[in-house]
Amino acid sequence: MTSLSLKGVSKAYGSMEVLRDIDLDIEQGELVVFVGPSGCGKSTLLRMIAGLEKITGGTLDIDNVVVNDLPPAQRGIAMVFQSYALYPHMTVYDNMAFSLKLAGKSRQEIDTAVRSAADMLQLSQYLDRLPKALSGGQRQRVAIGRAIVRDPKVFLFDEPLSNLDAALRVATRIEIAQLKESMPDSTMIYVTHDQVEAMTLATRIVVLHGGGIEQVGAPLELYERPANTFVAQFIGSPAMNLIEAKVTETGPRTSVIMADGGHATLPIPTRAEDQGNAVKLGVRPEDLSLVEGDDFLVSADVEIIEALGETTVLYFKPKSDAPALIAKLPGIHQIQRGTHLKLIAAPEKLHLFDENGVSFLYRS
Amino acid sequence: MLSENPALLGLATIILGVGACLGYFFLSNLVLDKVVFPARGKHAGRNINRANMVRPWLFLFPALFALGLYLAYPVFETLRLSLTDRSLGGAFVGFDNYRQMMNEAKFWEALRNNMLWLIVVPAISTSFGLLAAQLTDRLRWGNLAKSLIFMPMAISFVGASVIFKLIYDTRPADQNQIGVLNAIWLKFDGGAGSIFVLQILPTVFFLAVAGLAVFSGWGMFRDGSASLRGRSLWQMSLRVCAAVLGLWLVWASISAAVGIWFVELPYGEPQTWLTIPFWNNFFLMAVLIWIQTGFAMVILSAALRGIPEETVEAAIVDGANPFQIFFKIKVPQIMGTIVVVWTTITLTVLKVFDIVFAMTNGQWETQVLANYMYDKLFRSNDWGVGSASAIVIMLLVTPILVWNVHNARKEMR
Amino acid sequence: MAGVAGKKSSLTWAVQISVALLVLLWLFPTVGLFVSSFRTADQISASGWWAALFSSEQSEVFRTLDPDEHRVLDGNGFRVDGTIFADTPLNIQAWGVSSRDIAAYQPGETAEMKGGETLTLRRDGSYTWRGSDEQLAGRGQRVFVTAQVPPEFTLDNYATILFSGSGQDNMAKAFFNTLTVTIPATIIPIVIAAFAAYALAWMEFPGRALLIAAIVGLLVVPLQLALIPLLRLHLGIGIGKGYIGAWLAHTAFGMPLAVYLLRNYMAGLPRDIIENAKVDGATDFQIFTRIIIPLSFPALASFAIFQFLWTWNDLLVAKVFLIDATGSTTVMTNQIVELLGTRGGNWEILATAAFVSIAVPLGVFFVMQRYLVRGLLAGSVK
Repeated sequence: MTSLSLKGVSKAYGSMEVLRDIDLDIEQGELVVFVGPSGCGKSTLLRMIAGLEKITGGTLDIDNVVVNDLPPAQRGIAMVFQSYALYPHMTVYDNMAFSLKLAGKSRQEIDTAVRSAADMLQLSQYLDRLPKALSGGQRQRVAIGRAIVRDPKVFLFDEPLSNLDAALRVATRIEIAQLKESMPDSTMIYVTHDQVEAMTLATRIVVLHGGGIEQVGAPLELYERPANTFVAQFIGSPAMNLIEAKVTETGPRTSVIMADGGHATLPIPTRAEDQGNAVKLGVRPEDLSLVEGDDFLVSADVEIIEALGETTVLYFKPKSDAPALIAKLPGIHQIQRGTHLKLIAAPEKLHLFDENGVSFLYRS
Repeated sequence: MLSENPALLGLATIILGVGACLGYFFLSNLVLDKVVFPARGKHAGRNINRANMVRPWLFLFPALFALGLYLAYPVFETLRLSLTDRSLGGAFVGFDNYRQMMNEAKFWEALRNNMLWLIVVPAISTSFGLLAAQLTDRLRWGNLAKSLIFMPMAISFVGASVIFKLIYDTRPADQNQIGVLNAIWLKFDGGAGSIFVLQILPTVFFLAVAGLAVFSGWGMFRDGSASLRGRSLWQMSLRVCAAVLGLWLVWASISAAVGIWFVELPYGEPQTWLTIPFWNNFFLMAVLIWIQTGFAMVILSAALRGIPEETVEAAIVDGANPFQIFFKIKVPQIMGTIVVVWTTITLTVLKVFDIVFAMTNGQWETQVLANYMYDKLFRSNDWGVGSASAIVIMLLVTPILVWNVHNARKEMR
Repeated sequence: MAGVAGKKSSLTWAVQISVALLVLLWLFPTVGLFVSSFRTADQISASGWWAALFSSEQSEVFRTLDPDEHRVLDGNGFRVDGTIFADTPLNIQAWGVSSRDIAAYQPGETAEMKGGETLTLRRDGSYTWRGSDEQLAGRGQRVFVTAQVPPEFTLDNYATILFSGSGQDNMAKAFFNTLTVTIPATIIPIVIAAFAAYALAWMEFPGRALLIAAIVGLLVVPLQLALIPLLRLHLGIGIGKGYIGAWLAHTAFGMPLAVYLLRNYMAGLPRDIIENAKVDGATDFQIFTRIIIPLSFPALASFAIFQFLWTWNDLLVAKVFLIDATGSTTVMTNQIVELLGTRGGNWEILATAAFVSIAVPLGVFFVMQRYLVRGLLAGSVK
């Protein structure tokens, strides 16, 4: 069942367009993560769904009702803010009860709802405290509890973990995942710039860039079959290497050669008219391995070696103005700076993009 | 009954006034949401948006009404009144009132004294404030000291006038002086001590002021000529004004330093301080300086606290002495705040009325514009000239007004 | 910086002493008024108030009993016994019998006068005067006494000013009048300004930036300009001179600062909290009363103190808009100015009246200083 749907939604401040023509359907029970670099419009999109920003074009349905002109409180949503936005002058209990009081619920109803949410989040013993007497993680849980109490159709999370330190962030991430599991029917939309959060939490990820959607899909789909060079480089760390190449053979399998004599044949279909075209070959740093002999994908001089124990990251000297090539090898390798190395990758791990950056897999 | 008991009347007003305000805000919102644009029916969404467009004006209305009627409208009405004559039934008389005012010696006296106040009070209050702020900055009992220096801020101008009148009090020579100033004055007998305190020290002070003016003027000139191009006309004219003011300051302080040696001081005679022409202005200014120094100190002290510690530490490591740290590291960083303090005190000075009214009422050549205006309005009942002098005060305030609005707009962008 | 190595301690001492001097200089005037308000009229005109803090030397002239009536035979001559103090004894430091040397003898010593006449004055004031028939005749012998008088203070002035005084000397009515002006004139502008400040800080509407700029401009308009037009208006619409006019005037004159201060403070509140309240279903009115007002307490307190001090200490608005010909609504500042005119020399009345009028603001100042400072820092246009 569709829980929320955006049809041609756009947002403009005067003549400046920050979001254009967003189409997206979100099913009930999904946890959809909006991810993208800062300024991509992901927070604006979330705030438009919440009703905190006016929608300047298109329609927004929640449960098949157009809510474009409804104020936030009547949309059936709840939101967890980046700064938690707890009311500093109210106790934890009052913070969680505030929306129900405004809605005119009975005292009994409010008490039941607040206490069950507090139990679920292990906040029962803090109900009488003011927010300033809580730790960061506890405040985060109060903010989530405040959303749960309202029993909304859609939960909205706006970078809820970015104010926590690294260790707490991991713990809270897991808590949110567990929370989602305990409420399988609730729909959640989660905004983050952190791809680890996106990969671990999402049932589907929406990658936004420059005011539009680049790709929508399950986390591993985005990793394994990125639709374009932007998604390819945004998902995964270090970012995917893109190497200039030329198509030498078309058909169900495609062959390409590189300027330095490297070559590859990969199981991606191309058409006859692609013959001789310039393309970009994508290979993730973790998919590269060292090789001897003439059968190699790329070759370059090592410039910097980062030995992390678990892995060894090699940065190669870029050729002319091309971006530096990176390889991530498992374990420890004794390699000198300046060594000329040859690298190879399994054909099925390779990606191929046309000169516009669109993956051949998704070419219509 | 109510009118007989002011306390009850006051209480009733508080309840009525506050109740009416709250009632207005609550009911007008209620009417807007339930009656005019109800959030129901098929236009619910549109109605909510419309209600939200009207609501700010509901919230703003009482404040805007008060501001408009009591502050904005009077500016124009006063301007109109200054061009009419009440005795001719409010006929338009052009600039007659201004002409009449210009012909009065009292007006020029008031204007001259106001200018004197405008220079002396902000300068001394700000420098004392800065000095106090810097000295108390690291002191363990600094907060107590600041609190005590700040205290006069709570005292009314009238109360302060009484306090200082006691200080300036004069008794005949054969009685004990009960005013501190005369008691101290009579300790001077014209001997070496008197010459040191009353002539050598002031000379040193005036020469120091002159030196400082020359020094800072030279610094400005050097900066200015180095980057003469690329400066707006406005900035240049500001610099010219500052230069003229600086030259005047140099001239005034040097002539004061020289003049002090040719004055025959009336040792042994109790002085009636408030009747000594020209100098009595300074005795009145002392009252305002006493009050405003605390204000300057509090603001500048906060500014000094806001200076990044690292810059001071870097200067210590670079080998700066405490004076260099103060003048070359700290003062430049709080220059903006100093300007704010200066202009705020300037505004207070322009409106100063109570002190002069209570202490001399403008006699003995101590008139200032605000009191001159009060005199015209309520003693001579000359509304035309009174309004004209109010407009003069407004004109003096206008540069600060423009500057503040300019800054506020810049900050909001 | 206190921990920097090799720092000279002499400089620290110089700083300590200069601050102490500065504080004393600033405190001195107020203390003078305070001390004077506890002295009698005679004390004030006899010596400066600074003398009242220490026990003072006082010289008085006494005369012994009339020898013709009180002398008794004593050997060859006569003698008179008695005490110079009729009522309160003084602490005698020194004494003398001639105006040329009034402190020639210590208590208990005997003064030798011409022809063997002697006078012994003891510490308790009792004396023995011996001499021949013609020496102990006529008027009593003059005795000059230098005595140490301890500081002496009285509450009589306060009793006069607050309770028993008549007419101009009684400030009780003016005190209540001042309160009557001040309290509504402090509370009402806060309510009005708070709503306006919320609209300017958190509601979207065209012309908002322009309005804020206009308020910054009005912040500096001298209220002198408002006097005639508004007095005419008040007289025209029938308010006349009185409390209502004064309340309205104070409310409006305090408005720019109130709106400016409160708007700046409210605009600094976290956006997320207000948006969260919107998501929680609060209307603008509810956001204002339940979220903004409790969170803006420091700013509200700052402005309340400003407005209180300003209205309490005001003279001009009271003279123009409040006090009519009967003078029944006079306020303390006005009464003090009148006292300055009519009772300029009666420092015991003036000092006490002035101190009564500044005591309340001083109390408020010391209790709420924190908020006052905060308001000052926020209120000076940057």
